[in-house]
Amino acid sequence: MSRPLYHLARLLCLSLLCLPLTATAAGPAVKLDRAPININDKESLQRGARVFVNYCLSCHSASYMRYTRLTDLGLTEAQIKDNLLFAAEKPGETMTIAMRARDAKEWFGATPPDLTVITRSRGPDWVYTYLRTFYRDDSRPTGWNNLVFDKVGMPHVLHELQGHLVPVMREVIGEDGKPHTVVERLQLAKAGKMTLTEYDALIGDLVNYMTWMGEPAKAQRMRTGVAVVLFLSLFFVVAFYLKKEFWRDVH
Amino acid sequence: MQRLLAWVDARFPLTATWKAHLSEYYAPKNFNFWYYFGSLALLVLVIQIVTGIFLTMHYKPDANLAFASVEYIMRDVPYGWLIRYAHSTGASAFFIVVYLHMFRALLYGSHRKPRELIWILGVLIYLALMAEAFFGYLLPWGQMSYWGAQVIVNLFATIPIIGEDLSIWIRGDYVVSDATLNRFFAFHVIALPLVLLGLIAAHIVALHEVGSNNPDGVEIKKHKDEQGRPLDGIPFHPYYTVKDILGVVVFLIVFTAILFFAPEMGGYFLEANNFIPADPLKTPEHIAPVWYFTPYYAILRAVPPMFGSQFPGVLAMGIAVLIFFLLPWLDRSPVKSIRYRGPKYKIALTLFVIAFIGLGILGILPATELYTWIARVLTVVYFAFFLLMPWYTKNDSHKPEPERVTAK
Repeated sequence: MSRPLYHLARLLCLSLLCLPLTATAAGPAVKLDRAPININDKESLQRGARVFVNYCLSCHSASYMRYTRLTDLGLTEAQIKDNLLFAAEKPGETMTIAMRARDAKEWFGATPPDLTVITRSRGPDWVYTYLRTFYRDDSRPTGWNNLVFDKVGMPHVLHELQGHLVPVMREVIGEDGKPHTVVERLQLAKAGKMTLTEYDALIGDLVNYMTWMGEPAKAQRMRTGVAVVLFLSLFFVVAFYLKKEFWRDVH
Repeated sequence: MQRLLAWVDARFPLTATWKAHLSEYYAPKNFNFWYYFGSLALLVLVIQIVTGIFLTMHYKPDANLAFASVEYIMRDVPYGWLIRYAHSTGASAFFIVVYLHMFRALLYGSHRKPRELIWILGVLIYLALMAEAFFGYLLPWGQMSYWGAQVIVNLFATIPIIGEDLSIWIRGDYVVSDATLNRFFAFHVIALPLVLLGLIAAHIVALHEVGSNNPDGVEIKKHKDEQGRPLDGIPFHPYYTVKDILGVVVFLIVFTAILFFAPEMGGYFLEANNFIPADPLKTPEHIAPVWYFTPYYAILRAVPPMFGSQFPGVLAMGIAVLIFFLLPWLDRSPVKSIRYRGPKYKIALTLFVIAFIGLGILGILPATELYTWIARVLTVVYFAFFLLMPWYTKNDSHKPEPERVTAK
């Protein structure tokens, strides 16, 4: 690569890296926790799939996701049928739900979104933080609010497991010079069936599964990619010497 | 075999075409790095056409089915994810390659006499490519697809008197809807590809008529041997075919690395919001076009509304693209290549590159007051590059051009 081009390319890469992404730039003020994602951890993905079909798949659909695809997680079709198939008849079906969108809108104020690719639009960290930061708020119709999704329509479905968190408020002076109360942190007021550590691990598995579900072909994509780039690198050597040989007589 | 060839040649200029465009097309022997991007643009075109054909087999241009059919391709079609990512990465790659190809012309004066028509055809290809990309971006029917199209079509609505009717005519509806999706699909898969292919063929025919420019900007046809072959020319095939293979391999390494390891390219090639199905009732907080349009988007936002109309910004954006057509006549320098030009052109070109990239970055960011002012300055620099060109190129000092090409 010629020198000026190298500098141009470097400048371009650096300037792109320094930018905040549009999707996150307008995001929440709360700092997101890092989701423990490892799409090669099949046991975690299986546990996450179980949580997903048990808790999420009654109000949320994942209508682009076929049950049979769960075989990628090391499950047999019989296992899928016996343990995970509640909302469908055959493993070849997609993860749809019986609830109608219009009813859902009436009950929750908004239709629960399809979750197939939710981690690709929100990001795994957002989902991970969201599912762990529901807190009691009596001003809300459901009695629940959320740190990263203010005035959320969804109630805390997993409160039996996590327990009840209450906010510890703090007064700050806003930009307008007036005092505002903001949530400083969340505190456990009523214990659930799990400890908070166990609950975090459960949500970790769930978000890991949802991230895998967002792009089930990702592992295959990475593997294929290594082979393709390796092949091209070898081909580069051939192409290089081919060019050199042909160009010997150009003076 | 020989007889078959003779039979064909008597009926179709097969050997003559092969000779005229490949084996006896004499290209300057001193092509450098910047001369790879023409053939690479052709390669990306082929990638887009082939992947596009396979995508069309599974995609459904219907507002109720489009988003799901893309996910179907990503999940249920064998290697559908590969085809789709190759197409989405190819779209961005096309613009990278074309921008570098155009920059090469600015470096070595490839747009200057006698190659004005090649340049004009090239700018037409660029326009057709922008339209092709714009129509294609609606098809996945995500939130960014939808609202991006909404914003761009609304630009036409700002045109005085006819604007409103024009925008409805383009959409086929009062908002972007199923009707819009269907016609954009038609434009994307047949109308514009036909236009593109025709223009590209003309671009190459015109190039082979006058011959390629080179990094020295001197005509190789001025010095020929007894057989009438340029002394500094070499047959395109095999010399540049084997050289371009090298370029193709390097390009493909970068291309496949992005395709397989980072197809979203951090949200720049595939935007996060586009994984949410289009919702006509929910406007995203921040609508940004894909990166290759952001320089013009920044110009659009930089121009303040006048007389309560956004039209001046739209006009500025349109002129920013169309002004490329005038380049061969704005440039008054006696030399073509930057190697023999004086400091004024070098400074102007550097400032132009900074303005173009800077505007591209600002077009991605939210328009705060500070950013808008920077965008205004850069917009002025962008236009000054073109509008002041007749003066600074004419008054610039320059070194004497060599008689023959210098390298090798």
